[in-house]
Amino acid sequence: MRGDLIRILDGLMKRKGKFDAIIVETTGLADPAPVAQTFFVDQDVGAATRLDAVVTVADAKWLQDRLKDAPEARNQIAFADVIILNKIDLVTPAALAEVEARIRAINPYAKLHRTQKCDVPVSELLGRNAFDLDRILDLEPDFLEEGHHHHHADDVRSLSFRIDGDVDPEKFMPWINDLTQIDGPSILRAKGILAFKDEPKRFVFQGVHMILDGDLQRDWKPEETRSSRMVFIGRDLDEAKIRQGFLACAA
Amino acid sequence: MDSIPAQPVSLTQHVAPLEHASHVIAMGWLGDTLAVALADGTVALHRDGITTTIAAHPDAGLLVAAHDRKRLVTGGDDGRVVAISGDDKVEELGRDAKRRWIDAVAMGPNDSIAWSAGKTITAREASGALKSFEAPSSAQGLAFAPKGYRLMVAHVNGVSLWFPNAKAAPESLEWKGSHLDATWSPDGRFIVTSLLENALHGWRLGAKPSHMRMTGYPAKPRSLSWSHDGLWLSSSGAEAVIIWPFQGDGPQGKAPRECGVRRARVSQGAFHPGSYVIAAGYDDGCILLIRMTDASELLVRPAVRDSAITAFAWDKPGRRLAFGCADGQGGILTLPT
Repeated sequence: MRGDLIRILDGLMKRKGKFDAIIVETTGLADPAPVAQTFFVDQDVGAATRLDAVVTVADAKWLQDRLKDAPEARNQIAFADVIILNKIDLVTPAALAEVEARIRAINPYAKLHRTQKCDVPVSELLGRNAFDLDRILDLEPDFLEEGHHHHHADDVRSLSFRIDGDVDPEKFMPWINDLTQIDGPSILRAKGILAFKDEPKRFVFQGVHMILDGDLQRDWKPEETRSSRMVFIGRDLDEAKIRQGFLACAA
Repeated sequence: MDSIPAQPVSLTQHVAPLEHASHVIAMGWLGDTLAVALADGTVALHRDGITTTIAAHPDAGLLVAAHDRKRLVTGGDDGRVVAISGDDKVEELGRDAKRRWIDAVAMGPNDSIAWSAGKTITAREASGALKSFEAPSSAQGLAFAPKGYRLMVAHVNGVSLWFPNAKAAPESLEWKGSHLDATWSPDGRFIVTSLLENALHGWRLGAKPSHMRMTGYPAKPRSLSWSHDGLWLSSSGAEAVIIWPFQGDGPQGKAPRECGVRRARVSQGAFHPGSYVIAAGYDDGCILLIRMTDASELLVRPAVRDSAITAFAWDKPGRRLAFGCADGQGGILTLPT
């Protein structure tokens, strides 16, 4: 699969300038992670392309059923940067609220569009820069759903952690490396903005399963409070263990 | 190559530049005509300073090409396989019924050719007779044996060796990984593939084929070239040309030679057709001519931004070296006599 994707991207890269973007459409029940990882693990693809965003189309009428019987559906919601919740005309307002709550319990960070016939401007789908470290500006959820703790029975969910101050990179780097190597298969997406001790710049990172991409970014602004925050979306994540590990990195 | 002095000098003043509209996929000399396969679906034919452009794949992309000094055969994303000869003759040799991309083409003895589209491998004799088989996965690497009508197909987890005219199923040689490019040694004793996993893998053929692992590349070694005597195989994918010895039992357990070490990655390598001289093209656009015996280097092209070397072609006598680049630039070096 990955070989085929690389081969096709290879062919397209030789015709750059002839198209604006490449949209990779997976099969309905595909795992998006291996597709996304290809853009980070293959040198040639990584050098010539940039992964922009993962877009998931969800059917407002049937999503609840798929979330029950298809783990791939949960992965696709969890992994998405943009979710198009389509066919909203086929459900009642109450049912729509219910399905949105389910989506937000799994992934409160994605940009969500309610649509009929997937009618959404192309500008909302392309040029999202969702994997661009420079664009990880904040980690505020797109939607704050007060009741989302009610859904913690879901095996796929998001966790966020915060330290009100600096972390020690000597502790943090080995910890995050170990965590992603050991728990990588369960971690679908990870993002973080960190204040390293004695470092005027923000450290930002993002990851897909075991693959981490991190760098020092811009300076902390004088009006900003130096704090360290991380978000994980994954399956069967041990919240207590990750929290304890992260808090132990405090400087 | 007595004409190349030992001290490093520049040959840049002996290069006649060429311009093309898009990425150079491959090039080959058809007699005195240089044929250049371009990603925009065209083939440029340069002859005596005059350029003819042929729309080999109209309104489509050209993906792969091979040549045998008589014809250049191209495969496109229009599912067509087209042959261009030095006298500007264009002939469609094949067409995928499902209009799938042509992922590989190869040319063999007696004007035979082969191509792959998805998992379907098709071999075509000069008479036009077609044979096909389904490989275990899509195939990007095809190579004919130097003698006989036998095709090697590189695919996921190994290669298949296929006699298109035999009823028997292809012989399968397994090695885990995604095998990309395929080459057969000129003496027919060895086959080698490049792997997605930044390595080469080889088999010494015989009653019981033995494995040869060639690893340590920082990138995929996509460009392979045999020395004129078939005793050395050069490869790209590192910050030097990596040259493996194929004397005797082959390279297993032996160290390769490294030539032309620079702070840029070798993207193309091509042995001179008559001596131990190799053209090394880098992803920063630089080209060096390197003599293997004493590692002396001659500059053919300085680094040029966004102009990685993507193709080489030596003419038959080894007097002229043509090169092509990712941005469509190119040139012909005529060695001073």
